[in-house]
Amino acid sequence: MNAPGPGLPDLTAAGEAVGRPVAHDSAELHVTGAAAYTDDIPEPRGTLHAAIGVSPAAHARLRSLDLAAVRAAPDVVDVIVAADVPGRNDVGPIEEDDPILADGVLSFAGQPVLAVAATTVEAARRAARLARFDLEPLPAILTVEQAMEARSFVLPPVHVARGDAQGALGRAPHRLAGTIRSGGQDHFYLEGQIALAIPLEGGAIHVHCSTQHPGEVQHMVAHALGIAAHQVVVECRRMGGGFGGKETQMSLIACVAAILARRNGRAVKLRLDRDDDMRSTGKRHAFVYGYDVGHDDDGRILALDLTLASRCGFSADLSGPVNDRAVFHADNAYWLPDVAIHSYRCRTNTVSDTAFRGFGGPQGMFAIEAVIDAVARATGRDPLDVRKANLYGVDERNVTPFGMTIEDNIAPALVDRLEETSRYRERRAAIAAWNRESPVVKRGLALTPVKFGISFTATHYNQAGALVHVYQDGTVLLNHGGTEMGQGLFTKVRQVVAQELGIGVEHVRVSASDTSKVPNASPTAASSGSDLNGMAARHAARTLRERLAAHAARKLDCDPEAVDFREGRVTGGPRSMGFAELARSAYFARVPLSATGFYATPKIHYDRRTLSGRPFYYYAYGAACAEVAIDTLTGEHRLLAVDILHDVGRSLNPAIDRGQIDGGFLQGWGWLAMEELVWDARGELKTHAPSTYKIPTAYDWPTRANVDFWPADNREETIHRSKAVGEPPFMLALAGFHALRDAVASVADYRYAPDLDAPATDERILFAVEDLRRRMSGAHR
Amino acid sequence: MSATDRDPIRLIVNGDRVDVCGVSPQTTLLEWLRGPRQLTGTKEGCAEGDCGACTVVVAESRGDGTLVWKPVNACLKLLPSLDGKAVFTIESLAGPGGALHPVQRAMVDCHGSQCGYCTPGMTMSLFALTKTARQPTRAEIDDALSGNLCRCTGYRPIVDAARLACAGDAEAGDTGWRGPGVAADGSRIVSTDEERIAAQLAALARAATFEYEGAGQRWIAPVDADGLAAACAAHPQARIVAGATDVGLWITKQHRDLGTLISTAGVRELAAIRRDADATTIGAAATLEDACAALDDDYPELRESWRRFASLPIRGAGTLGGNVANASPIGDSMPALIALSARVILRRESRVRSLPLEDYYLGYQKTAREDGEFVAAVVVPRRPANLVLRAYKVSKRRDQDISSVYAAFALVVENGIVRRARIGCGGVAPTPSRAGAAEVALAGRPWTEATAQAAASALEGAYTPIDDLRASAAYRRRVLGNLMRRCWLETGASAAAGARVPTRVDACAGD
Repeated sequence: MNAPGPGLPDLTAAGEAVGRPVAHDSAELHVTGAAAYTDDIPEPRGTLHAAIGVSPAAHARLRSLDLAAVRAAPDVVDVIVAADVPGRNDVGPIEEDDPILADGVLSFAGQPVLAVAATTVEAARRAARLARFDLEPLPAILTVEQAMEARSFVLPPVHVARGDAQGALGRAPHRLAGTIRSGGQDHFYLEGQIALAIPLEGGAIHVHCSTQHPGEVQHMVAHALGIAAHQVVVECRRMGGGFGGKETQMSLIACVAAILARRNGRAVKLRLDRDDDMRSTGKRHAFVYGYDVGHDDDGRILALDLTLASRCGFSADLSGPVNDRAVFHADNAYWLPDVAIHSYRCRTNTVSDTAFRGFGGPQGMFAIEAVIDAVARATGRDPLDVRKANLYGVDERNVTPFGMTIEDNIAPALVDRLEETSRYRERRAAIAAWNRESPVVKRGLALTPVKFGISFTATHYNQAGALVHVYQDGTVLLNHGGTEMGQGLFTKVRQVVAQELGIGVEHVRVSASDTSKVPNASPTAASSGSDLNGMAARHAARTLRERLAAHAARKLDCDPEAVDFREGRVTGGPRSMGFAELARSAYFARVPLSATGFYATPKIHYDRRTLSGRPFYYYAYGAACAEVAIDTLTGEHRLLAVDILHDVGRSLNPAIDRGQIDGGFLQGWGWLAMEELVWDARGELKTHAPSTYKIPTAYDWPTRANVDFWPADNREETIHRSKAVGEPPFMLALAGFHALRDAVASVADYRYAPDLDAPATDERILFAVEDLRRRMSGAHR
Repeated sequence: MSATDRDPIRLIVNGDRVDVCGVSPQTTLLEWLRGPRQLTGTKEGCAEGDCGACTVVVAESRGDGTLVWKPVNACLKLLPSLDGKAVFTIESLAGPGGALHPVQRAMVDCHGSQCGYCTPGMTMSLFALTKTARQPTRAEIDDALSGNLCRCTGYRPIVDAARLACAGDAEAGDTGWRGPGVAADGSRIVSTDEERIAAQLAALARAATFEYEGAGQRWIAPVDADGLAAACAAHPQARIVAGATDVGLWITKQHRDLGTLISTAGVRELAAIRRDADATTIGAAATLEDACAALDDDYPELRESWRRFASLPIRGAGTLGGNVANASPIGDSMPALIALSARVILRRESRVRSLPLEDYYLGYQKTAREDGEFVAAVVVPRRPANLVLRAYKVSKRRDQDISSVYAAFALVVENGIVRRARIGCGGVAPTPSRAGAAEVALAGRPWTEATAQAAASALEGAYTPIDDLRASAAYRRRVLGNLMRRCWLETGASAAAGARVPTRVDACAGD
């Protein structure tokens, strides 16, 4: 009775597909080495290998470029410079200021200027270093401070204000001002940037590459080659990590490979060496923050004037929306009555900074959390009490500085819960007592909230498409506009489709992201992958289900509405049939078994000029309580414990969501406490490999970690009431940073906020400790 | 061209005997695996031995019919150095019919992969761990993974997978070479497969110098010290290579042609470690891991800094002799060796001489080693009575990082008086160095806080370090002094006060 039809697979599966901890759809391929990344694709016959030659100077006029030695090097087949770009020499995603190959003026040390194609990777890399540059040096701006001084901006400043910040500051009973900084961060995706361009007939081209935004790569390649979009196919099955670093940064790589492939009529692969990747591709924006805050005796903020100045590098890239998002998150979860926020997007002669998990949100939150910490120390209160006193209200005090009413505020309840489950008060007292007895090692504790807005601030990006095929044997092939970078998007969307059709996830295969299958797809970014593509895929699957239900109703002699799809069976009244049998039957009945789905996020709107409106469909919340220890003789530090309570709505896949929380948190800890980008006085990046740029290792994961989900559905009608989870957990790491500040503050009896920037390296911690000890001894004198 | 010049490199790859001819000896194992062998499961993440995406496992004959299993960074390993060894890549790990290995199963079940790019290397490191550990502690797992970076997971599920995989079945029995190396009762498991592979490798062992030539470049791998001396004399300009953990970078990052390479790795006498009544003699080709084990009885205080020297694969490939010979100002072995009055043995042809280690260093990457001369051994005196020893590494990141500052303090304290003091420092001068001024501030004085403070001040003033990406000069000076203060707190103050104050953040971690 339950057997599938003859020759048909058994598609029965137990239970629901959605909400279960289904393994990553490539997990078994990952662990066997069988998962193919771009560099693993068998190379077409005669494939050439490319390398880039880069600017040796941070800022210079290029008088001439001598390529004789490059061309003469062994095994070199072709060399190109800016003049060889057949179409538009630009990969700027918003502004046209990002050359593929620089010409005229070189804008940062490491900027691609030429590209070489050779028969081997080694030959190409050796040759690319042989170019001789004749340069006229120009003055270089390397820091935010220098850029602010010179009024050097990639985009005009933006100001957002509510009420009268200056007036309120003047009236506030207490007022304090300060400056703090947060550093940049390299994505350090384990798989570097790579593209393989294969020329096709009729001038078309197929590009395999590691990208979060195949659609943009498609358009950039078309523009660079001067051909139409329909002549370019961009495909990506998976990335070895993205984190924002492959949202726009792949365009240049793909264009170089495509140009060389086109010129030579051969496949060309460009795989950046790790050092070239780190020198020549963008990173997280470093920020300098200035604040002037007015508060009452309890630490309630009455007025805030906040300046956010970021290092954007030489071009705009995504700096506009990144800095917009920093502004949108400069409130984090706190009500700011009279507020003025000033955002400066500084142009510097450094690599153009770009998207990175959180996309400016972490930097905005960093600012307000530092302000709160300063206010707490000034009032002598526990920083958690000051944080709680300033949280947005649920029904009042709930409008953001940019005019959006927060309808889903769970921060107060969530913080209360974590305060209790993490035993914050008890540990606070124990740590204070312990620190009194421990002159060298000091421990610190902090609990910080996260409120992160979900939606692309570029409203038009909030759309997605999907394509679902059902084959005659009942198996399903799914394609959608999202990309897989490890976050588990393919797994979640597969679950959604399996759920809709009532079959097991193993009967749904997800194929590579491909611009020829789903056109005009948005980048997989802004944590939106599952929200957008999950919904689009559900719409496609639902269309198929409706068609199949109509057909099944005829076969089972029941009403179409009564047809139920569950566990691989299709049931109508007393009768049922296997899903595979239904699919085959539908085929013979000439029912179309392929459907597209589309989704556009509702409710959102905002004015780009004034940064006002409702840029976000909803917020994702979370909080973390972190404990650290520092060594006041060396500044060495360790993350000891973390308790996390995070809001994923109703989880589509708790294992994958847990993975995003753990991984995001530790990556955030890397940003705040470990990873330091160092440029020298000439503007050369000195930390361009894992030998010099240190991301967390296994040791850095705390020995005690508790992670829980907030037990409530998304109040908005998202896919199965889930919430986005890619970026928000990154900012949970602010608890770790503030625990470090707490440990440092302990050396001065918690009377002062330490002067401690991020990343809180050993050196910064040691000097912050010594600074506070000096202040203490000065105060005693 | 003699017959030996045309000798192929003979190795075993995933169970298959492979002979390699024609490729340049400076080809890395990774290039060769991913290119000609088409084994693309092993990934390149950095090509400098710092990310571990290329980790494979290499089995070497232990000489007693069993194997040593080591995780190896394929990106730094020069292909001819695998002559006579067995390489296992991720493709070989699943059993017949594709059944996942317990490590692979654990990685899947614990959700240990996200993007999957670090996963093959991570999995191979865990496979190597199953050969040496049954129920590893968190610290042992961290150490096993210290050379494998993951940017996605936060490591939590991978640590879980390590625990799960190493717990193994109650009675694994003989599951072939894929099986665990340690039984539930702690005894070693030697499978019949392992014996078979060991026999295969024994058959590949060389009795005479292995000379290989490919793409116009030579590789000379002598098997004994006389052969090495002869090779060095015949090719005085040749580059001597041991573990290639540094030389590998000249190839992958600097794109240099290294000319003739002379490998010390197979030189019997150089791999040997001998312990006599007055000294431990560590052959220059002994790996850092073996050297550290040899000194552990006498100097257990060095254990932590040895462990933090580098990742496990680097410690298994790099040699003490290479670290010493290379003369990096931030090499982590030399400060402790200098503090322990170690000497370096140099040989040219039949001439052998010995120098105090501190005298070997003449200037930034300049040494007393002459052309044609090689470092044969490092001689470390046995532990003196009443030794107070501390060695501290300070680096930006705890694991697999280069020191910002390294300090080693060796004090002989009798009846509360410092009879002798030797201090070795790294990261604060162009060479590893001995801090004479601070030693003077200690010697002959009572071991008290005041003495320690005086020595700390002397240390802070003794050097003019540089600002670089790892630390500022001011930080280096300050920390150097503070490490002297830490040494006092750990060895003197606690005895004086009767109670010990915590001096290390790890003491709070509760692992």
